[in-house]
This record gives sequence, structure tokens and C-alpha cells, in this order.
Amino acid sequence: MAKSIDISDLDIYYGDFLAVEGVSMSVRARSVTAFIGPSGCGKSTLLRSLNRMHEVTPGARVDGKVVIDGQELYDPMIDPVEVRRQIGMVFQRPNPFPTMSIYENVLAGSRLNSRKLKKSEADDIVERSLKHANLWSEVKDRLGKPGMGLSGGQQQRLCIARAIAVEPQVLLMDEPCSALDPISTSAIEDLIHELKTDYTIVIVTHNMQQAARVSEDTAFFNLAGAGKPGRLIEFNPTKKIFSNPDEPATEAYISGRFG
Amino acid sequence: MATITPTPPTPTRSSMHLKTPSLPRWAPLLVIAIAVAASAMLGLLLGWGPVGIAVVAVVLYLVGVPLWSRLVEDGRRAKDRMMTGLVWTAFVLALIPLVTLIWKVVAEGLPQINAEFLTYSMRNVIGDQQGGIYHAIMGTLLVTAWAAIISIPVGIFCGIYLVEYGKTSRLARWITFLVDVMTGIPSIVAGLFAYALFVLFFGEGVRMGFGGSVALSLLMIPIVVRSTEEMLKLVPDELREASYALGVPKWRTVSKVVLPTAMSGIITGVTLAVARIIGETAPLLIIAGKTDGLNMNMFSEPVTTLPVFIYFSYTQPGLPPEAGQARAWGAALVLIVIVMALNLGARAIGKFFAPKKGR
Repeated sequence: MAKSIDISDLDIYYGDFLAVEGVSMSVRARSVTAFIGPSGCGKSTLLRSLNRMHEVTPGARVDGKVVIDGQELYDPMIDPVEVRRQIGMVFQRPNPFPTMSIYENVLAGSRLNSRKLKKSEADDIVERSLKHANLWSEVKDRLGKPGMGLSGGQQQRLCIARAIAVEPQVLLMDEPCSALDPISTSAIEDLIHELKTDYTIVIVTHNMQQAARVSEDTAFFNLAGAGKPGRLIEFNPTKKIFSNPDEPATEAYISGRFG
Repeated sequence: MATITPTPPTPTRSSMHLKTPSLPRWAPLLVIAIAVAASAMLGLLLGWGPVGIAVVAVVLYLVGVPLWSRLVEDGRRAKDRMMTGLVWTAFVLALIPLVTLIWKVVAEGLPQINAEFLTYSMRNVIGDQQGGIYHAIMGTLLVTAWAAIISIPVGIFCGIYLVEYGKTSRLARWITFLVDVMTGIPSIVAGLFAYALFVLFFGEGVRMGFGGSVALSLLMIPIVVRSTEEMLKLVPDELREASYALGVPKWRTVSKVVLPTAMSGIITGVTLAVARIIGETAPLLIIAGKTDGLNMNMFSEPVTTLPVFIYFSYTQPGLPPEAGQARAWGAALVLIVIVMALNLGARAIGKFFAPKKGR
């Protein structure tokens, strides 16, 4: 069910400001691809353009092609709502719905779309998703309690459970661990390892060890200076990026001699 | 690389003064007692009256406490005590009108309240016979309910448009501007407008409760729009994005994520708007008119509301005037109780809908 993503000559704008320029790469199915690079280089922007979340920002637009499963994502015939159903997303800050319980949060994807579910089916989805997100054992006795009552790391895993409950083809993660402690981070990294057998995962991270630990391929982005667009500098298997990168800029960034 | 040797503590900075002398906890109370006693003695000797005594006592306190604090403590805490005293003075000053108002209304109104007063109208009541305000209570509730029925959907949908759909478009900016202008419309103008509007359909001299509701809704809509707008703006964008990322269309995101999250604030805003219009008199004098009997039909014949009843009972009390004026106080008390009940109800509902926290 997982799909690969082909990006070619992608330019991303906020109004007149060119944020990301000329990105071409291809994300493999059933693998983890990491985006690394300094702040402001357009990693998150590129990630958000992969499920058309980018255009939620007023004035934002995209030039170029993103092809998933043979379909051009920015074709006028494509329904962005349908795209987002297939390509899930986990955000930097955990954002469970404050009006819903843990149970309802996991089912939010179905419930908000008014999909009719039998009680047994719903229970099934909740248990499966929470188990997948390594959260089941911690919350199984208080599923009716508000999702906001969980700790930050649990909330983030709840958000992951919510994202995988709708069984998307691709899972985009925008710095999912940046607000978490090392234990929760490690739980989520384990989760990413398990998920990649079923999902295509793209993860943005500022933590290079994390990129090295979880990803098969790594894309390094950089920008020439403030106000200049971000560019893809190097896209290679993670092993190669971290041991023997093609570009000197990549090596400088990874070894901490950036700028 | 030079090795770092630990520097010995410098003798000049050997001691830290974290303890400073301070006034005892009961110091302000003592000063209050002394100030009141001194001011009362002076006042009784010189014949100032209670207001003069209170003012002098406050001044004595505001001078005495900082002075004592300056002598024992330091300048910062003297200022702190001075400002604390000023804040308390302002707080008490602000409370005086509220407390005296409620005291007066309860004292004058409570003796009037009985079962007959609340369940009979003023039809065929002459002089100091026991009359009732049932017609005015029902009139107030019905006129206000119709105003709310008109204003709440219009106001909430307008607020949703402004925050969720209009954003920074020119139309939304114009609506925001016009809503601001509407907030400032004098209520009598709203009444004249409603009258002029209904004259177009029903001819000269029209009086009906629904006309009053239209006038009141002109006053209520801008308040509902503004409060809805503010509450929706407080909903973090992360929640909207979380919903979009699950493949939820925008209208469902608005109706099932954004609105429930903001619901408690919106309900509070709506109730405050109702409380604001329920006491309106001027527009209803023009369009809703006045009657002594009960009229539950909002679409024909005049309807009396509590504020209008109060106005007429007090200005045209009949003979003897005491009976009519007493009824006005009774009606005023009932009106205040209704408004308070609305506010308490709004708090309860708001709490019920508020996003739940805790485990």
C-alpha cells in the first residue's frame, strides 16, 4: 500500500518570496527519508508541499511536479482533501483535539468525516493504532479521558496513532521529537522503525543522530544566505551522507563546521 | 592549555544580606485601625460626616503605611505598600456603586415580590390594588428570545466568515469596519430604524413585539460577531492543520473542531450580549409599545417589557403614586435577577463545554 514520491523541479513560494528552489528527488516506498539542514532552509515547507498542506498558508503556492503513484499532486483535477487522506502528517508540536477524549482523538479521522463505524470496528481501530504507536499499555485504562491530559511525549504518540488510524499511504513527520525528552524520542524512533514496513515515511529533523538512526536516505538542504531560497544540496543513502558525502557543504554541516 | 585553578573566595564579598527588616504582617491592619480611629475622632469634633471621615482615613492610611515602611524597610517596599493601598482604594470605590445599587433595588423591590405580583398582569388594576408584572416578564423573555433567534445565527456565521473564510479579504475588512460602526449605534436609533422598517409593511402607528426584537437584534448582532471572532481567533491553527492533515474538509474542520473548541467562549459572549440588550428601553418604547395586559403574540399588538414597564410605572405611577413606584422597584429587582441568572447560566454552560483538561 505504500507509495513512492517523485519530486521534480519544485519551486515553493510564500507570496512573492521564493522559499525553496529547484528540488528534484525521489522518495522510496517503504523506507524512511530524512530531511536535514539549518533552520529556514525549507525542509518543513517542502514537507508540507507533499500533502498540499502548504497551500493552507495564505498566499503560498507551488511550481513544479510532485508525482505520487503516477498522479500529479498539483494537477487542477486533484482534490487536496483526498490527498491529505492518503498522506498523513505528524506535526512538530503535539496537537490532540482538546474537546475529544483519547479514544475520540484516535478515531478523529473517521469521526470528523462522519464515517459510520460499528462499535467493534471502532474499538479495533483504536486498539490497533494505539498499539502501533506504543501507547496502548499506558492509556488502555483511561481511553475516555481527555487527550490533553497526557504528557507531551504521550500526546505526540497519540497524534501518531491518530495519523495512522486512517491508514494513509505516506506519513510525513515534521520534527516529531523536537519537543520530547530522550525516552519519548526513543519510543517514537522505535515506532518509526516498525512503521516503515507498511508506510513510506518522510521525517524532518534537526537531530543528525536521529537522521542517522532512523533513515535509509537523507536529503541535505541549505540556503546561501538570509532571504535566499533553500536548495537541495545532496540526496544520498544515509550511510553515504554520514560517512562519505559527495558535497563538502554536507560534510561541513554534519561535522558541525557549518557556515 | 593552562590548567584552571579554583580562585579563593574574595573576602570583600564574603557575606550576603538576604534578610532585611520588615513590618509585621498585621502592620496594615493596625494602621487602618489607627487611621479610622483618628479620623473618626477628628471628624466628630469638627463635624465632617461619614464621607469626610472615610476620605481622611484613607489619606491617613496612604501616608502612614509608606512612611512607617520607609523607616523600617526600604524605598522599594514603601512604594509597594503605597501602590497596594491605592489599588485597594480603587477597588472599594468601584464596588460602592454596585453594592449600593443592589442594596437599594433589593430593599425597595423585595417587599413587592409575591406570587400574585409574579403571576398577574396589570389589566384592570386601579390605584393601589395589587397588580402584577407577569405580562412584562413574558414580554421581556419573548422579545429577547426573538432578538436572540435573529442575532445568534447571523452573528456566529458572520464571525465564522470573518475568521475562517474572509481572513484578510477586502470584504472581510469592510464587514469588520461596519460591525464596529454598528457597535456604536445609539439604541434609540435602532428603535427608529425598526419602526421605519415596519411602517413600510404595516403602516403608520405599528406596534409589535417582533419589531422590538428586530431593533434589539441590531444592537446584539455586532456584539455576537465580535465575541465569536475573538474566540475563533484564539483557536490555534495547529488544530485546524491537524484536522486538514487527516483529510477532513474545511467545513467539517470548522464545524467539528474549531467551533466546539471555541464553544464555551462563544456561549459566554452570546449571553453577555443577551444581558446587554435585555435591559434596553428606548427602542422598545417606539416599536414595541406598552400594554397593561398579557400579549404572547409577538406579531401583532403592543407588548410591554420589564424596562418599559419600569419606565411607565415610575413616570406615570397613577394615584396614589407610591403603589406604581413600588411596582417599578419590584420589576427592577426581577430584571436584575433575570440578568444574573443568565450570567450564572452562561458560566455553567461555558464550563460544561470548555475543553477538558486533567487525567
